[in-house]
Amino acid sequence: MLRQGPRFLLSRASAASMGWRRQFATDLPAETAGDSKFVEAWKKVIPNIDPPKTPSAYMAPRPPNPSTIPSKLTVNLVLPYSSILSGKEVDMVIVPATTGHMGVLPGHVATIAELKPGILSVHEGNDVSKYFLSGGFAFVHANSVADIIAIEATPVDQIDPNLVQKGLAEFQQKLNSASTDVEKAEAQIGVDVHSALNAALTG
Amino acid sequence: MAMAALRREGRRMAAPLITPHPINPLRSSLASSDREHTLLGVRSISTQVVRNRMKSVRNIQKITKAMKMVAASKLRAIQTKAENSRGLWQPFTALLGDTPSVDVKKNVIVTISSDKGLCGGINSTSVKISRGLHKLNAGPEKECKYVILGEKAKAQLVRDSKKDIELAFTELQKNPLNYTQVAVLADDILKNVEYDALRIVFNKFQSVVAFVPTTSTVLSPEVVEREAEAGGKLGELDSYEIEGGETKSEVLQNLTEFQFSCVMFNAMLENACSEQGARMSAMDSSSRNAGDMLDRLTLTYNRTRQASITTELIEIISGASALEG
Repeated sequence: MLRQGPRFLLSRASAASMGWRRQFATDLPAETAGDSKFVEAWKKVIPNIDPPKTPSAYMAPRPPNPSTIPSKLTVNLVLPYSSILSGKEVDMVIVPATTGHMGVLPGHVATIAELKPGILSVHEGNDVSKYFLSGGFAFVHANSVADIIAIEATPVDQIDPNLVQKGLAEFQQKLNSASTDVEKAEAQIGVDVHSALNAALTG
Repeated sequence: MAMAALRREGRRMAAPLITPHPINPLRSSLASSDREHTLLGVRSISTQVVRNRMKSVRNIQKITKAMKMVAASKLRAIQTKAENSRGLWQPFTALLGDTPSVDVKKNVIVTISSDKGLCGGINSTSVKISRGLHKLNAGPEKECKYVILGEKAKAQLVRDSKKDIELAFTELQKNPLNYTQVAVLADDILKNVEYDALRIVFNKFQSVVAFVPTTSTVLSPEVVEREAEAGGKLGELDSYEIEGGETKSEVLQNLTEFQFSCVMFNAMLENACSEQGARMSAMDSSSRNAGDMLDRLTLTYNRTRQASITTELIEIISGASALEG
């Protein structure tokens, strides 16, 4: 008797929640052209179930490529845990690409850049904000929108110099005593990040 | 002998009482058993049965109410994380476009589901969509494999697609989700599975009562180059300069891996939010149903109690009048 009770209650519950999941047509964003091919193919093979939505349905469309060079660069800095800058209009950003620090101005050619641990500086008028990035990617689009995706980004004034020195010494020691390739690679990464942090604090 | 009869009666009455149909079979079965009891000379014992049932339903109501509160607090904790991670996949879609209708030979469907049950229909929805994608991408030279995250989808997909399951991961939510864990998981998947396109199926959290099944597509670097040459959405990819790395393909490889881990992170957070939200609504309707059931049982109990009192009075009065007359 007790066993059957929850099952009965749950079948009622799931039936009720199925009904609740119907949305108003105006709430969902409109489909884009590329998705319509998917939706049609889906409807042909599986007519009874609604096709799943795709990410472009949830994104605001990006501005088209302008004919003249715009005056400001729009920057998005995103981390897994938060979006630090989203849609901020600035004059210039300097990103730490693996080939060296790269300055991005409005009207920069479209680029995909791999980033190494280093400082990102955002220049707006006379303000410069510096963030230490742990590495990631930066995309510069032809419409003067720059997307910077990193795993961690901390403002430089929040970094403790003592811990940086300690970490650097510790990883250098690990690098010297490393035996397997994996250990060597891990120690090398630690040394790189800490020396970049060091350079960030001093430079 | 009376107790044996009662036990038999109790077992017979259990089934009709727990059906989702209204009260009529309940009343008739109880009334008939009541009459039989009085025939055997035992009074007001069927109220005991109803009282036991009321106690168990009340316990169920308390449990489901507590589960709803727990799910609500977990939802609050994870919802902020999910909303903060929503900016993470947008740059990739802006760069590489959204290509769910891409035609490739090796498809891998990554289904994200929960480990625990009692969360409404979200896991069944994910499995239905995964099966749909499998059917959509089946063809003469094409193959379609599953990578399953979560116990519930594994249980459902093992039944008919056991040979197509490549990898299965469970117990992912023992520790709160963070990017490092997801990066390791993504690395594991990319190393062990051959893929041309990865399709991640999850439930996107729109609001506490609305969960939208969604699929994100991540293409392998070779397919990206092929589509870029073919034109269309990725046609502009060639116009991008590549900074860093030795060759373009190396950078594209890193880009694909990074994209996969970012999209997975967001997908897992959204699915976890949907799971907690669905559990909240399921438990809420369970406690409401239990409350309704309790009301109906209370009415039955009172009716049975009054009937037995009336029967006792009748016996006493008829006994007294027999003595007099």
